[in-house]
Amino acid sequence: MGREEFVFLLMGLKWTVALSAVAFVCGSIAGLVVALARTCGIAAVERIMAAYIAVFQGTPLLMQLFVVYYGLALVGIKMDAWAAVSLGLTLHASAYLGEIWRGAIEAVPKGQTEAAKALSLGYVSRMKDVLLPQALRISLPATIGFLVQLIKGTSLASIVGFTELTRAGNIISNQIFQPLTVFSVVGALYFLMCCPLTIYGAHLERRFAATSRS
Amino acid sequence: MTQAAIRPDASEPMITMSGVGKWFGAFQALHNIDMTVGKGEKIVLCGPSGSGKSTLIRCINHLESYQQGEIHVGGILLGHASKTIDAVRREVGMVFQQFNLFPHLSVLQNCMLAPMRSLGLSKAEAEECARLLLDRVKISEQAEKYPAQLSGGQQQRVAIARALCMRPKVMLFDEPTSALDPEMVKEVLDTMIALAEEGMTMICVTHEMGFARQVADRVVFMASGAIVEEAPPAEFFSNPRHERTRKFLGEILGRH
Amino acid sequence: MNYTMDFTPVIDGLPNLLAACLGTFTLAICGMLLATVIGIGGVVLRQSPIKFLRWLVIGFVELIRNTPFLVQIFFIYFALPLAGIRLDPTPTAIIALGINGGAYAIEIIRGGVQSIPKGQMEAGLALGLHKAQVFRLIILKPALRAIYPSLTSQFVLLTLSTSIASAISAYELTSVSQRIESESFRSFEVYFTVTAFYLVISWVMMRIFALFSSRYFSYPVK
Repeated sequence: MGREEFVFLLMGLKWTVALSAVAFVCGSIAGLVVALARTCGIAAVERIMAAYIAVFQGTPLLMQLFVVYYGLALVGIKMDAWAAVSLGLTLHASAYLGEIWRGAIEAVPKGQTEAAKALSLGYVSRMKDVLLPQALRISLPATIGFLVQLIKGTSLASIVGFTELTRAGNIISNQIFQPLTVFSVVGALYFLMCCPLTIYGAHLERRFAATSRS
Repeated sequence: MTQAAIRPDASEPMITMSGVGKWFGAFQALHNIDMTVGKGEKIVLCGPSGSGKSTLIRCINHLESYQQGEIHVGGILLGHASKTIDAVRREVGMVFQQFNLFPHLSVLQNCMLAPMRSLGLSKAEAEECARLLLDRVKISEQAEKYPAQLSGGQQQRVAIARALCMRPKVMLFDEPTSALDPEMVKEVLDTMIALAEEGMTMICVTHEMGFARQVADRVVFMASGAIVEEAPPAEFFSNPRHERTRKFLGEILGRH
Repeated sequence: MNYTMDFTPVIDGLPNLLAACLGTFTLAICGMLLATVIGIGGVVLRQSPIKFLRWLVIGFVELIRNTPFLVQIFFIYFALPLAGIRLDPTPTAIIALGINGGAYAIEIIRGGVQSIPKGQMEAGLALGLHKAQVFRLIILKPALRAIYPSLTSQFVLLTLSTSIASAISAYELTSVSQRIESESFRSFEVYFTVTAFYLVISWVMMRIFALFSSRYFSYPVK
């Protein structure tokens, strides 16, 4: 594999990073809405959100990307592959992050809500100043764990036809007929992105476990 | 229990430890321990935390191995071969600080497991024995419940009954009341006192000095992995010989 | 919007889709079995006194967990023939699923065994039980109970990721739906229906796992 091929892979890597970043940022915003709606106390809303989460957690990401990709075309929205997979991954992330953060919000001791209410804090302040900062801390290891899942998940965009790292690998592999070399390099690039995050997540988890024990 | 067993009989040692040494890596946890426990004798082991009292009784049923000296239990030399270890463990019951009941088994099943699997009792025999002993620790009405449904004091009484189901000759107690809420300490101590009155050979690691006064034939004080002094309770409490003992008693009795 | 939905190709393809579900089940069940074997074997090696073996397992787990399954399946697909092993796409996909699931299973099983307090082992030994008896009668059930939720949800994830095996044309639901789609051009209808299929499959799996759990692990805990 020559220099030119490697540069092509790096171009793919750039799109993998961009796709992961967009999906994570947009997915976080949507996921926060999902988490708040899931814990809002209105039974009907909570049930709808539970169903939303269950659908995304109960179907393959690949199918979610297909349905969004072709569904958009269906309702007449012309979108290129980049926008379609971004939207698909964002929806996917919103469901998973929403569920992680719901768990974290519910893991904050009940006394915190009661104390905030006793201090006559309203819903917004209760959430923003009291519950969410604690929930975010609790959920950080799981959130980072999901970010790693998401980065790996962007590889499925290649099947829809978007040229990110894995598809770049496929293209190069078909050109130079050295699939093992190419996919080793592709794997190594993913590993370099994900492994630091995994290590950081495990570190946080150990630290939280240590502080909650004492 | 026969009448004869009620009086301690020093001429017939149940446990002898001679020159026992134990290391955790480079750290020496026990220094040259010599101790003889007669049949029916009740020993209370006390001392500051980290003094090696738990390690000492855990050597008696080989939950900890030792590197130096000899331990005889009921006439058996406790070697490091699994055959003698099993033989000794069948004769020695142990009660732990954290109860260690098996959460997936009911109270009755907790008591039946070892007699069936280790002594080879039939199910009916094991159940009869278990119900009898649960009755003795006054908890027979909870036999079908699971450990998580019981209070700490109840769990510890079940743990005592579970150990007794093996018909042991010796009972070891490793801080049996330390993990209990204060109001539950008495029910466990009462069970232990009743057991002592029946003539069981007992070694108890505990800080319950009232229990020591009432039940112990001898109190053994340990510090830094060695036995500092031992004496009958009256003498031990009124006239401790060593400075470290006085300091310890001052701290522990001062708290009450 | 002037598009009219037409599910006719889906309905016509229904027998093929249902048959393909069996392919998905085959991949999933064989993958789970292989993952369990790798998981148990990995945990045993992970406890080995030989440092090299322990590091080998750690390296394997981290390598698999930090790279996409799609890349893994491509790699295995191209690597096996070079190693002289000629397999159809379906067995290849099973191997890839097993290896991927196995890495996660190692971590899950290890955590479960570690979650059992040391006192349980000691209490069993103090009662005169042998080590093997202690493991079988005392450790096993609580350990299984501890790993059950994470292991089964990992199994559901494994089942969902069988769809990725379509990338090497293994016989399963996604690849069959892609064929129907390419013949009919009714992309949305086909994929929407197949997504619903997957939803039913994972829902049924979760129900079965839950049923199993309430049947075998229903003792109270604090």
